[in-house]
Amino acid sequence: MIQVIQQGLLDTIQDGGRYGYQHLGINPGGAMDRAAMYVANILVGNDPEAAVIELHFPAAVLLFEEDTLIALSGGDFGAMVNEQPLDINQPIWISQLSILRFTKPVSGARCYLAIRGGLNNTPWLGSHSTHLKAGAGGFEGRKLQKNDRIPVNHVDEDIDKALHQKYLHTTQLGTPLPWRADVRDLYSDGSVIRVVTSLEYPELTPASQSVFTSHLFTLSEQCDRMGYRLKGPALHMVHEQERLSAGITRGTVQLLPDGHLIILMADHQTTGGYPRIAHVVSADLPILAQLLPHSKFIFQIIPHDEAEELLIAAEQHLHFLQNACNLRWQEWLQHNQK
Amino acid sequence: MNTDYTINPLGDHSLIIEWSQEISAAVHDQVMNVYNHLLTMQLPYILDIIPAYASLTIVYDILLVRREQNNNAFTTIQSLIGPALTAPLVHKTEKHRLLEIPVCYDPSLGLDLATMAAQKGMSEADIIDLHTSQTYTVYMLGFLPGFPYMGKVDDRLATPRQKKPRLNISAGSVGIAGGQTGIYPLASPGGWNIIGQTPVKMFDPALESPCYCHPGDEVKFIPISLREFHKMI
Repeated sequence: MIQVIQQGLLDTIQDGGRYGYQHLGINPGGAMDRAAMYVANILVGNDPEAAVIELHFPAAVLLFEEDTLIALSGGDFGAMVNEQPLDINQPIWISQLSILRFTKPVSGARCYLAIRGGLNNTPWLGSHSTHLKAGAGGFEGRKLQKNDRIPVNHVDEDIDKALHQKYLHTTQLGTPLPWRADVRDLYSDGSVIRVVTSLEYPELTPASQSVFTSHLFTLSEQCDRMGYRLKGPALHMVHEQERLSAGITRGTVQLLPDGHLIILMADHQTTGGYPRIAHVVSADLPILAQLLPHSKFIFQIIPHDEAEELLIAAEQHLHFLQNACNLRWQEWLQHNQK
Repeated sequence: MNTDYTINPLGDHSLIIEWSQEISAAVHDQVMNVYNHLLTMQLPYILDIIPAYASLTIVYDILLVRREQNNNAFTTIQSLIGPALTAPLVHKTEKHRLLEIPVCYDPSLGLDLATMAAQKGMSEADIIDLHTSQTYTVYMLGFLPGFPYMGKVDDRLATPRQKKPRLNISAGSVGIAGGQTGIYPLASPGGWNIIGQTPVKMFDPALESPCYCHPGDEVKFIPISLREFHKMI
């Protein structure tokens, strides 16, 4: 079990998302930064889409009731086990009754905590993701609160036996294992967000089209799991007209009636009627998920088939990392197994 | 079969099929026809199919397609769904469910009933009669889990959304926005004109099928008294 001893701003259980229910108005949700969820999970030998805790800063203070293996990825929130700082993107052995706290927002907007074995909550409609509006999924359908005790799946494989053996008498509370995942190829500095154009893009005035592709846009304070509102020059359609609502997706860039843009994120509504200007490519959604309010970027339009290739390349990189992690564990076992 | 539709990418991981952009039973029948055919085809790679008034959005797993097919994912999905687009129109009566939903139109629940009646120069009873006298189609669900967008209401009932949305509308509230009528499944902020409330749970996450209404359902509202409402809740 993991105990929440101090509540954070918005800490929820998320996984790869809940698909198959959008025709009922139930959006997929899931981790905002899937790459970070993936990396945190593979570092501890989990399924890449196993349930993790998505943390926003200031994040919860957590007490581990048992010895366990964890990994952090995505945002760096200055994690500490007692007074010992912990890096992101590496597996860390945590001794029983250790307290994990997050001290400062060093980088990124969301930090992912994976625990070996994954979290053991009852899934809702096939997913562990917390659906805040529905009040279902994750931990009782809500954000984590003080005194919550989150059940963790128990794993007892060779790695776990060897870890217990090795660290049985350790006095250190958090022991990093000597390897880390290099995630630099999965992220950029966030100054360029790549998009493909959408159905109503041609209906923007030529001047607005040129603004869209050349002007710096800024993330406003109104950025959450549902969507990011942008600040920038107002854009205009050639003809203002009412549109019928239709299905929309994560990454859709809509033009609001006030002329400003919103990017739909993980907890977006399933349908909408605002003009669809563009869509952030899937490969850049992790980058966007880690941007904070006041971040500035430009949109770069790329061809549709290139967007697919970018996602394939990112996925190949994640597979490469997963294989490398598995190899490290095998080597580690050879040296440490009795 | 009417071939008057377009297929376009909607971002890199979904596509949208659009028909003539109007709210009409004829167009929606075509949407639901393709939707139902796609469901029976049980196609691989497809994560979600979202029917709306005059469109179908198909969300797919690019990585799964590309793992198994040596082709662009959009092109692959486009050809997979082809047979559903050319399928003959199955007559609607074979498929749809008729849901009778009890609604209490007491002014204590129908917060905008009096204002609407005054604006339109009708009595509250006239509004209730008009709202309950016809059968509506659930064109789509959206906004909130289980929120049915139904239409079309009698032209005399059509009322624009409120300029200033209410901060909290009770679950079960029945409203009108433009020519549409809908039911709030959860307590929520919202701008629809509220004329009544149903005691029926439109959304219950504990149920295997958590949403009461599904796309394509037919709905008829049955007026009930405040006493009956409290007994049923």
